Amino acid sequence: MSGIGTGYDLSVSTFSPDGRVFQTAYAQKAVDNGGTVVGIRCKDGVVLGVEKPVASKMLVDGSNRHTYPINQQSGMAVAGVSADGRQIVNRAMQEATQYKGFYGEVIPGYVLSERIASYVHLFNLYWYVRPFGAAMLMASYDSEGPQLYLIEPGGTAHRYFGTAIGKGRQSAKTDIEKLKLTELSCRQGVVEVAKILHTVHDEEKPFELELAWICDESKKEFKRVPADLAAEAEQQAKAAMDEDMDS
Amino acid sequence: MFAKGPSHSTALGPGCAGPPLANPQNFGQAGPGAHEHGSHQPSCGAAPFAVDASMLRSAGSQPHKHTQSPYVTGSSVLGITYAGGVMLASDTLASYGSTKRYKSVQRLVKVNETTVLGAGGEISDLQYILNMLDDLSTEDYCADDGQSLSSQELYSYLSRVMYNRRNKMDPLWNSLLIAGLESGKPFLGSVNMIGVAFSDDHLATGFGSHLARPLFRKKHRPDMSEEEATALIREALEVCYYRDKQSINKFQIAKVTTAGGVSISDAFALPTKWEYQAFVDPTRDAVGVW
Repeated sequence: MSGIGTGYDLSVSTFSPDGRVFQTAYAQKAVDNGGTVVGIRCKDGVVLGVEKPVASKMLVDGSNRHTYPINQQSGMAVAGVSADGRQIVNRAMQEATQYKGFYGEVIPGYVLSERIASYVHLFNLYWYVRPFGAAMLMASYDSEGPQLYLIEPGGTAHRYFGTAIGKGRQSAKTDIEKLKLTELSCRQGVVEVAKILHTVHDEEKPFELELAWICDESKKEFKRVPADLAAEAEQQAKAAMDEDMDS
Repeated sequence: MFAKGPSHSTALGPGCAGPPLANPQNFGQAGPGAHEHGSHQPSCGAAPFAVDASMLRSAGSQPHKHTQSPYVTGSSVLGITYAGGVMLASDTLASYGSTKRYKSVQRLVKVNETTVLGAGGEISDLQYILNMLDDLSTEDYCADDGQSLSSQELYSYLSRVMYNRRNKMDPLWNSLLIAGLESGKPFLGSVNMIGVAFSDDHLATGFGSHLARPLFRKKHRPDMSEEEATALIREALEVCYYRDKQSINKFQIAKVTTAGGVSISDAFALPTKWEYQAFVDPTRDAVGVW
């Protein structure tokens, strides 16, 4: 089968003549084909939401976690190959612990994001490993305030006010841009994220919504959104969808 | 990481400060090509940098001696259980030998929502233990499964840590009291620097074990109310302050209750009475005093 990258896409240590590393691009495809993950930085914190398609009715509710705390002040949501994402989360936890042990203070968001980006980038340099097929939205709340970072499989990290990755990212990003994030509290943000994820999701298949946040209300600790607020947000999201259907 | 500072081992040659060499080498005195009997010196100009092999510490050769004596220390910690909770108390002093050096040291520390740790002994070792427990708590937090280290688990863990350090001849020089709720029931345990661990309804470390525990034995009941428990603790603290020279009149009480979780009080002082005639002229009847 001859595809676009024939011959130059077999190893991550090979450039193509037009300057691309195809393996990295393919890793990005793995992310783009996964469930949508949305992150927004509100005025008092960050909200992360994951659309998890439910693979089987036999799965226990709440299994297949996609959001993970790294330490009390930061957490990540994973899109793409979740096993790869789990490895990156483990590395992030080690980085955070090492930083705390060495410097005696909690790792700041920008340091953690750069360390994870370096780590992910490492796997794009050597032929004997493959890139991670996962992208991470990292939420952190430190002395600089709440921050949202996106770390991509290529090893770049950028800081965002709001962004989305995965299947429904295009329409999710459009919806995020409509929000006035500097005026939104995290409580409202949770509802907005739920709405966006319900909108972008393909309606026939069942899915689970995983929401996590770090904000003043959660005492600046990364946690899953409390069950009652999450349920309320889902309800409001479904109601808004029904309204759109009727109108 | 940090660069290594200069080594002052005499193994590096004459002119360095340090203990004399086990096998003295005559650096620079042997001519080129001449070898000392039994030593393997390179004959090129490496003589000044030759290292006496017997001065090097090989792994497992001798026990590494570390903590031989404590420097900055806390005194007693007292603990009692009562109906619906458990209480720890201590003063806020860290002494430097006889000097009352740091007078606002919090020696009772909340570990998690169900446990408090109280420590006497070397304060730097307490800080090391707290860092270690902080890392453990963060691991628990990240596992995010609703489970955290219970008081009993913490007590077992610390007793293993203390015992293993003692076996390495490098103890953490502390007497620890672990207090908390274990499945809703009050738990109080003690671990000391040699790894002796036990749990009981009332415990104390340091001078408290001599001064406070007799009071506890007399007056403690497991179904005491919080007011009774507070009164008993305050009485014991007063006695410890009167009779322990390394203590100050500034205390804290920490409690863990089923109702309110963990709370550590602000520092408070107790009223004391010094008008006793014996204190006015304490050496009046002593022999050899004028």
